[in-house]
Amino acid sequence: MSILLTEKTRIVVQGITGSEGSFHTKQMLEYNTRVVAGVTPGKGGQIFENKVPVYNTVAEAVKNEGANASLIFVPPAFAADAIMEAADAGVELVVCITEGIPALDMVVVYDYLCKSKTRLVGPNCPGVISPGIGKMGIMPAFIHMPGSVGVISRSGTLTYEAVGQLTRRKIGQSTCIGIGGDPVIGTRFIDALQLFNEDDKTDAVVMIGEIGGTAEEEAAAWIKNHFKKPVVSFIAGQTAPPGRRMGHAGAIISGGQGTAAEKMKALEAAGIHVCKSPAEIGEITAQVLQ
Amino acid sequence: MKIHEYQAKNLLRKYHVPVPEGGVAFSVDEAVSLAKNLSTPVTVVKAQIHAGGRGKGGGVKIAKTPDEVKEYARQMLGMKLVTHQTGPEGREVKKLLIEQGVEIDRELYLGMVLDRSQSRLVMMASTEGGVEIEKVAAETPHKILKEWIDPAVGLQPFQTRKLAFGLGLEGKQVANASKFMLSLYEAFVDNDCSLAEINPLVVTKQGDVLALDAKINFDDSALFRHGDLLELRDLDEEDRLEVEASKFNLNYIKLDGNVGCMVNGAGLAMATMDIIKLAGGEPANFLDVGGGANVETVRNGFRIILADKHVKAILVNIFGGIVRCDRVAQGVIEAVKSIEVNVPIVVRLEGTNAKEAGVMLKESGLDFLVADSIQDAAKKVVSVLKT
Repeated sequence: MSILLTEKTRIVVQGITGSEGSFHTKQMLEYNTRVVAGVTPGKGGQIFENKVPVYNTVAEAVKNEGANASLIFVPPAFAADAIMEAADAGVELVVCITEGIPALDMVVVYDYLCKSKTRLVGPNCPGVISPGIGKMGIMPAFIHMPGSVGVISRSGTLTYEAVGQLTRRKIGQSTCIGIGGDPVIGTRFIDALQLFNEDDKTDAVVMIGEIGGTAEEEAAAWIKNHFKKPVVSFIAGQTAPPGRRMGHAGAIISGGQGTAAEKMKALEAAGIHVCKSPAEIGEITAQVLQ
Repeated sequence: MKIHEYQAKNLLRKYHVPVPEGGVAFSVDEAVSLAKNLSTPVTVVKAQIHAGGRGKGGGVKIAKTPDEVKEYARQMLGMKLVTHQTGPEGREVKKLLIEQGVEIDRELYLGMVLDRSQSRLVMMASTEGGVEIEKVAAETPHKILKEWIDPAVGLQPFQTRKLAFGLGLEGKQVANASKFMLSLYEAFVDNDCSLAEINPLVVTKQGDVLALDAKINFDDSALFRHGDLLELRDLDEEDRLEVEASKFNLNYIKLDGNVGCMVNGAGLAMATMDIIKLAGGEPANFLDVGGGANVETVRNGFRIILADKHVKAILVNIFGGIVRCDRVAQGVIEAVKSIEVNVPIVVRLEGTNAKEAGVMLKESGLDFLVADSIQDAAKKVVSVLKT
């Protein structure tokens, strides 16, 4: 029914006692997500909301509560360290929400993770939700519904827009993954597509990209050769000027590379259903599923 | 964050990256006195603006005497320099780099950047110096040599030697180039640069390797740990409204159209610009009011959008997740009441508490056009432009 976040996922929230961490942990608990522990160095021994034990280190949370996934709400200056701590503790999945981590910190983290078995989603992302099972992130759960469409996106609110369009047409989602808007991210389009390819409960995928980098082009080539299910795509930033960073650290057309037009062309050439307008995502997905 | 060439060269000097002798002048007199103190009679006068292509626009001149320096400085200071990167309005020149002339043997290219598809830094070198590297990459990609850097150990001397020999350097040039590259790498990492471009990197007739030009950008996300670099920001080089918006933590980029946009989230903000264009309008700006949109941010957002006199209508597009739509509606209502808004406003609110927000807008007695989808919003805003 889902990937990454399943019935077996036991979540530890790093930064659980901070304002964002505590707000979103409450929302996750309301959505019946299995949050088994929190971590805030120096606050070990507290109990969050009379339910969730807080530890000083991720290693303790893993040892005592069997946590196998971590959600990170740690400020940018300390986030790289937090990701590596989770990987060192043997957590299989790390979802990092934090926006504004220095790119060179992430280069080091990426290299560190390559030598571990940990998968990172993000940073600078809304997280992962498997509707009906739980959510690891900051997305509004109520706009989602369980179903068979996978969603992968570099954006936050634009993902909600796409999901809203799907749900309005009674098209449910298996898992929605925000892979993040930064130049260096853990899980890329191809990694997420690989997981959806192997998930027999996912029938189609909506892939939302944006200007900057060449991840969409790389995904297009991979889809053409390996992906067995239909893909619907939208690329944000068709009107973005070159050389300017459009909000996300990774959304920049540089040296003529990373334009929406180039990406749309590559996706179309790979047989992907490309939406010209963001308003067409739900409709075209409905057509594809028929 | 971008900085000027003279600032980039000062930074490189600190890391012992060889650059020509020189300094910055803000007046004709300063230019002349700097030139007199240089060790060479030939002086290069370079306009300092945050844009490339200065030479073609008349922003780089070679002077043979102090009188010529005076003449060129007089011409350049205060001129509107137009290059392919400034747009037709050009950029006013307020400072000059006065530099020693160099006897050039070869012009090469050296650059360093984050390679996103490898998640590693890459150092790039090419024999095609002095031309735009994008052009080289498109036409003769084999002429760009690349060395990816392992973050665990950093740039290694064997890599710089590979690049130096690959460029056809010989004798002491190889050692000089290697030293140059290792120092550049150190400067890059120490300062959280996002780009360093030495174009051209020159080999002098004496065999020295020098940065004739230098372009450095910093990673905005890392500036929190580089207080000293913040002082290098030049507000004259940025759009007035963008500077104003940054004071309120609003992510605003001015564009040329007439439909002002206020959106939460960068991806949705870009998508909103796109759909306005598809509906037949032109977006006037990118504006992400972020995850904490409240009365104050919405009011400031409106003020900044309306300061652009080309704006003929505003589209507010909020998909409430963390942001509650009723709070945004409250902000919109109060903003419109407290500042003079004389253009039509189309509002589309969806997600958390959208229903309550719709009722508030309706009952406010103000003249909003309420849209129920992103498509409807784009249609409505373009149709009010036509009336």
